[in-house]
Amino acid sequence: MEKRVEVKGIGSAEKLEQPTGPIAWLLTNLLRIAVALFVPILTFLGLYAGFIFLRDSNAPKAIVAVVAIVWGVGGVALLYTVSNWLVEKLGTTWRSRIQPFIFVGPAVAILVWYLALPTIRTLWISLFDADGINFVGLQNYVAVFTDRDMFTAFRNNIMWIIFGASFTVIFGLLIAVLADRSKFENAAKSLIFLPMAISMVGAGVIFGLLYAVNPNIGLLNAIYTSLTGNPPIAWTASAQIQPWNNLFLIVVMIWLQTGYAMVLFSAAIKGIPSEILEAARVDGANEIQVFFQIMIPSIMGTVITVATTVLIFTLKIFDVVWVMTGGQFNTQVIATQFYREYFTAQNAGYGSAIAIVLLITVIPVMVYNLKQFREREAF
Amino acid sequence: MAAATKKESRFNPSLIIVNGTLLMLVLAWLLPTFGLLVSSFRSRFDIQTSGWWTIFPHREWVTTETFDVPADLNRDGIMTIRGATGTFEQFRAGVTSADGNTRVIWLGNKRLGTIQIQQYEWAWGSNWTLSNYEEVLGGKTYEIKQPDGSVITEQGTDFFGAFINSLVVTIPSTVIPILIAAFAAYGFAWMNFPGRRIMFIMVVALLVVPLQIALVPILTDYVHLGLNGTFLGVWLAHTGFGLALATYLLYGYISTLPRDILESAFIDGASHFTIFLRLILPLSMPALASFAIFQFLWVWNDYLVALIFIGARPDVQVLTMRIAEMVGSRGNDWHLLTAGAFVSMILPLIVFFSLQRYFVRGLLAGSVKG
Repeated sequence: MEKRVEVKGIGSAEKLEQPTGPIAWLLTNLLRIAVALFVPILTFLGLYAGFIFLRDSNAPKAIVAVVAIVWGVGGVALLYTVSNWLVEKLGTTWRSRIQPFIFVGPAVAILVWYLALPTIRTLWISLFDADGINFVGLQNYVAVFTDRDMFTAFRNNIMWIIFGASFTVIFGLLIAVLADRSKFENAAKSLIFLPMAISMVGAGVIFGLLYAVNPNIGLLNAIYTSLTGNPPIAWTASAQIQPWNNLFLIVVMIWLQTGYAMVLFSAAIKGIPSEILEAARVDGANEIQVFFQIMIPSIMGTVITVATTVLIFTLKIFDVVWVMTGGQFNTQVIATQFYREYFTAQNAGYGSAIAIVLLITVIPVMVYNLKQFREREAF
Repeated sequence: MAAATKKESRFNPSLIIVNGTLLMLVLAWLLPTFGLLVSSFRSRFDIQTSGWWTIFPHREWVTTETFDVPADLNRDGIMTIRGATGTFEQFRAGVTSADGNTRVIWLGNKRLGTIQIQQYEWAWGSNWTLSNYEEVLGGKTYEIKQPDGSVITEQGTDFFGAFINSLVVTIPSTVIPILIAAFAAYGFAWMNFPGRRIMFIMVVALLVVPLQIALVPILTDYVHLGLNGTFLGVWLAHTGFGLALATYLLYGYISTLPRDILESAFIDGASHFTIFLRLILPLSMPALASFAIFQFLWVWNDYLVALIFIGARPDVQVLTMRIAEMVGSRGNDWHLLTAGAFVSMILPLIVFFSLQRYFVRGLLAGSVKG
């Protein structure tokens, strides 16, 4: 009898036994919430106490490091074990009511604390002035859309999206198609993929070296000065080439992200049934026609996925710009303006309004994801 | 059959175009990193005076001889020195002999000059040094003068320390979200409870929320809790920001595990917790590995979260912060910047190349991180 109830629990087809009566219902839900919060809060308190202790002790760095890692990882694992052990002491009915919340609760609680609530809180802060005291309504938003610096930031973000996303898709697709026909497929793909392991800060240094003004240091200026005889150019800063100096920053992102696009396209191309391609070739289609009329339509879904991912990545771009130009020379983007306004200028309301604008720009993608999820109906 | 015809090895002009274009693209992609790597092994002087590409064999002017200008030379007319002919002004700029292999340069003024003879010779870089790495990893010692006049010597924050900090931040920030997400994914996939659907919809919705939105409120909480600048604070932040993607990815995998295995385990009397530990975790190793690599690379390479939640405290600074700081304060010290950047890249590159298979699998199953 007991086992039959358990088997029910594993699937989602049948309905769970519902608590009867208002008191049982109330008790069940209170307990569920308590359990969902129990693990994270207790873990947090345990870790917190340990950290205060660790911080106040003057142990050597290596020991602190090891203790910290063991403390952090072990603490979380232990709490799950303990709370499960407690719940399994309960009767079958209560166990099946409470246990799911031990599994799911911590994740949901952390997501609520770190992402869901902050969205509402940031929205709230954005309605107040710099010190967060006086309610100013939508004034911060008016400022966001009328500020000249923000206008430049929006323009730059659009440049990032147009050039960054399109070149990432084009290069990714080109390399995937070429590699698919080459004997050196794996080696080539690995090397193109390599920048994905490099931080944007590191990439900033790599390209900073490439763009260096001194033609004895920067390869680009060495080529430019020897070809044209002109004096070297500060590629990311020069006033003469603005706003196209942004392109030199965008190149960094293309370099980083093409590997991602290539991997997805490569898998999609291999997924096209070879009979279709062969049939087209037998019917006399040349390679260009095969590419545009058969391959591209078959992998359109992947193209959209890649473009969307790069688009979101691009909207939030921060590190590259911050490290290479600090957002000066008209290279600022939404995320650097957010940092500048909130952390440098200490304007909480205005900074928050910029963050909300950033959120609004990704809402279409969020809606699309949710729609996809509902259509698949995995639940 | 398609695979056999696709990669035929016999001579084929289109294959040369394909491989040639591919080679060009790969070289273009490697060039920037290669330049960094080469520069990091060159001395400060070499970096400032010649490009890293001069390590390749090339021809350049090498000074072979220097002597004083002969006293009997007519300095106002046209002179001939070692086969090169020109006026004083031309010699000042350098005159190349007729065969193009010798260059004569007049150094100093007209009366008391020196002649430099240069030969056009093959050369390539052979000056390699590890001193940049020694300087970056070890850090320098600083002497700080105290108000009372005494001097204390202090070790500057070094890249080695920052490397350790990066490890301390990254390892728990990778393991903790995986653990929490795996539990949650199992719960969503194989347990029945009210609110399951709405909670999972929240996970999907939070996938693309930009983390900038959370920085301000979380920072406020951290200031109240005294968590700012602690490892715990950074771990929790990375956990919070990585959890939506982790749960989503792991759910995708765990929910497709064969139902029969789980049900038979239940009939044998195993509890959810036992099933999770003994069956689900081992079976989902590929998915766990792919997310682990993602999160590892993401946290190791992160700059923004570290910048905000670690702040300026030098004893907990991670590598990306040290490098960014160095770009700001010593942007022209390329010998240090290149070595530092390479130190920060070495571990992710090793992880990446050894576990690339899992990483690619994760990408293909993947989604977008907020």
